[in-house]
Amino acid sequence: MQEVHERLLACLPRLRRYARALTGDSASADDLVQDTVERGWARIAQWRPDGDLRAWLFGIMHNLHIDQLRRSPPPSMELDDADLPAAPPTATLDLRDLEHALQQLPAAQREVLLLVALEEMRYEDVAATLDIPLGTVMSRLSRARENLRRLMAGQPPAATLKVVK
Amino acid sequence: MNEAELQAWVDGRLPPDRQAAVDRYLAENPAEAARLQAYREQNAALLALFDDTLDAPVPDALAARRPDAPSAGPTGGAAVPAWRRMAAMLAVAIGAGVIGGAAGWTLRGTGTDAGAGLAAGAAAQSPAALPRQAAIAHAVYTPEVKHPVEVGADQQQHLVAWLSKRLGKQLRPPQLAKQGYELVGGRLLPGDSGPVAQFMYADASGQRLTLYVSSGQKQNRDTGFRFAQEGNVGVFYWIDGSFGYALSAAVGKKELSQIANAVYEQLLPN
Repeated sequence: MQEVHERLLACLPRLRRYARALTGDSASADDLVQDTVERGWARIAQWRPDGDLRAWLFGIMHNLHIDQLRRSPPPSMELDDADLPAAPPTATLDLRDLEHALQQLPAAQREVLLLVALEEMRYEDVAATLDIPLGTVMSRLSRARENLRRLMAGQPPAATLKVVK
Repeated sequence: MNEAELQAWVDGRLPPDRQAAVDRYLAENPAEAARLQAYREQNAALLALFDDTLDAPVPDALAARRPDAPSAGPTGGAAVPAWRRMAAMLAVAIGAGVIGGAAGWTLRGTGTDAGAGLAAGAAAQSPAALPRQAAIAHAVYTPEVKHPVEVGADQQQHLVAWLSKRLGKQLRPPQLAKQGYELVGGRLLPGDSGPVAQFMYADASGQRLTLYVSSGQKQNRDTGFRFAQEGNVGVFYWIDGSFGYALSAAVGKKELSQIANAVYEQLLPN
């Protein structure tokens, strides 16, 4: 059990980074990590010792985040083409723009992209963590990347996006 | 060429033969090559964007999270025995300072004795425990060069909102510019009776002082101003309702008392 505790502690920095990228602000991220750790502890008996602890914890965080979004969906509006910047940003990959663009992606696409790009998870592990089919992982990944690329280039996204005011 | 394979190329997850096939395809399709190259740049940019989050010290409140915390919520019946055993293991590990040492972030660069005392919060529920814990927390965090605080004063609004929420009280870090000290930032610490907020200040010479705000003081009885000397750290402290305040710095008693008076006045309810 001591070992489990140390392994859980070792996952904390990654959980925080993912939460920060997912929620877009530090205060919400810290709350989400706190809730994840608490639920993880409470259910540690359900974790199989041969399983991937990190993926298991990310799964818990995913479920908590979805619950939060359902309880209090952020104020949103349909994104209109006219709302998009007319000219492309001067820097091709300005980090501040990237974060803003990331938060404009639907949560489902953002999650997949972050698990792949930030966590460098295998696609199969992403599917298991989010409890969705592998094909859905690949299509969300593709859409997330293309939407992000278009947003960064000041072009209309391929699909209708939700914009958080 | 199917899209899933192209995505896997971006992440470098194709077997060598497929990798070569996609390379050939991209050599003949500049538009596709540009698109996938942009995706690769996204990966690198996302890592760069959130890199600092990964390196940031984990809040002690998270690292010291114990399964018997009251807010842990209901658990299934089957989970309870393992849960209890782990609680006992954790208590032992924390007491021995193992967690701080092994994890390497809670008490970086400090002696194990100080760490064990702080993490265990083992001091008794007497008013004297407050200055001791405050002095230990002061000694542990003021020497930090890279991460003296979890949230810097540049994010003061976030810092105050976050710590206020965790302590269940609207906090206002005092302004000590007149005394020559500027707010550096703050952090959340585990206390034996609830979370603790630590605000850190520094003067122009780098001299640091900390204000330790502890919730859940059981005496629930106000005290006057008191002074304690813990090694070279002087501590002025007082209890106001269920909150304990302690101002610590390695400066003379007279200078510290002047600052403590300013802090006390600013913390008085309007």
